[in-house]
Amino acid sequence: MAQSKVQSAGASSRWRRMVDPKGLWAYAVVIFGILIVLAIYFDPSYRDAFDYIWPGVQMTLFLTVTSFALSLVIGLLAGLARVSSNPILYNIATFYVETIRGVPILVQLLYVTFVIFPLFVDGLTAAGLGFTIRDVEMHTRVIFGLALAYGAFEAEVFRAGIESIDKGQMEAARSLGMSYRQAMRYVILPQAIRTVLPPLGNDFIAMLKDTSLASALAVGEITHLSRQHRNRTFTTFQPLNVAAFLYLAMTLLLTRGVRYLERRMSPNE
Amino acid sequence: MSEKIAPSDDIIILDNIYKAFGPVQAVRGVSLRVKRGEVVVIIGPSGSGKSTLLRCINHLEAIDSGDIWIDGIHLTHRQTDINKVREEIGMVFQLFNLFPNYTVLENIMLAQRVVRKRSKEEARRIAMENLQKVGIPEKAESYPAQLSGGQQQRVAIARALAMNPKIMLFDEPTSALDPEMIKEVLDVMLQLAKEGMTMVVVTHEMGFARAAADRIVFMDNGEKIEETTPEKLFSAPEHDRTRQFLSRILAH
Repeated sequence: MAQSKVQSAGASSRWRRMVDPKGLWAYAVVIFGILIVLAIYFDPSYRDAFDYIWPGVQMTLFLTVTSFALSLVIGLLAGLARVSSNPILYNIATFYVETIRGVPILVQLLYVTFVIFPLFVDGLTAAGLGFTIRDVEMHTRVIFGLALAYGAFEAEVFRAGIESIDKGQMEAARSLGMSYRQAMRYVILPQAIRTVLPPLGNDFIAMLKDTSLASALAVGEITHLSRQHRNRTFTTFQPLNVAAFLYLAMTLLLTRGVRYLERRMSPNE
Repeated sequence: MSEKIAPSDDIIILDNIYKAFGPVQAVRGVSLRVKRGEVVVIIGPSGSGKSTLLRCINHLEAIDSGDIWIDGIHLTHRQTDINKVREEIGMVFQLFNLFPNYTVLENIMLAQRVVRKRSKEEARRIAMENLQKVGIPEKAESYPAQLSGGQQQRVAIARALAMNPKIMLFDEPTSALDPEMIKEVLDVMLQLAKEGMTMVVVTHEMGFARAAADRIVFMDNGEKIEETTPEKLFSAPEHDRTRQFLSRILAH
């Protein structure tokens, strides 16, 4: 008796969840997706756009993963410098964070690509290195540009994560004879990672979308290919729909993944 | 003031310590000597600077002026490696400050491994010995959040002891505990005192002070008002301020 009641309650809540009026947007998304998939399947003009843009997915993912990984390294170092008591490190890191965050990413990309990289590589060439700026592929420069831009955001994420850890943790570690570095590495950072993971996940998804800025530099990712296809065929709906569909498919999947991680990493009190 | 001092019985020497937080003068010219194996209890109203003074001993607070020698090493000298000195000074905090991401055993092993460079086996053995000593070996695999306050504080004591310190500092170790857990922590501390550990304890537990202290220091408003034996302090305190403080806390 009691059991059947529980079951029916479970069934009805499951039913309610299926028709949750606040969940209708998800159906709209799925229907949009299905329509695009059907179009790609049956409409030659969509199929054509898809075939042309599909290779861009690989480049988009490659840009996302490498730029983000690099931005994590930069962000961690800059974040540590931001909480450091060393005034030189602190000032360098703060200068970096404050200037980068105030300039549009597109401008930064152009700047890194056409100013910083050429200056840097020309310097190396002059120093007798065997290659010139022409040998540095555009997507390599874009990776550094995106990483530099996102490093500033990640620095603030890491700083906030470190500062969220109770002061007593550092004191306990230091009182046991650990150096500042050891305390950071073994006590503070492992705890900060938990706080930091959800915002980092969101930034990863944001990075995926911001790789579209690389299209301004003719790197063959999704957005660039969709524009090329538009110019090539004088179609607009098809390439843009396909591009939006590809981005959305990836970001929705990633959002799910981030939410799962968030739940798994929530501190076990 | 970098000269080495002659070896003496005094393992802790504080000489004319001053420490301010902004405009607030927390410690004003306090001097204190602690002999090897002595238990010194610091009492006083809140805000009297007793915790700050304790935290100066292992340089968790940098002092503004004065001199500190720990076991003959000049703590305030520039070339002193503070980490080396801290290895020899265990500290127990009011809020335990266990590492929540590690198990009890890992909490006690971490500094042994990282600082003392002990092997995993040795660190584990010493950790278990000290857990045995504080009476909760069965909690080795638990996480701090799964323990009661009293158990957490005992783990914190075991964590400090595992480093084989020459000195133990206690900063109000029972102030955050429920009444029924205070005894289990005080018992461990009494045992330590009996074994001859050098201890400096900031506490409001007058029972402990009476039972374990060789000397009691009364502080008020950043100054050392009185330093005497427990017998004298509780029967015939010299200063008015001491008398007032004691009458207030011993009233019931």
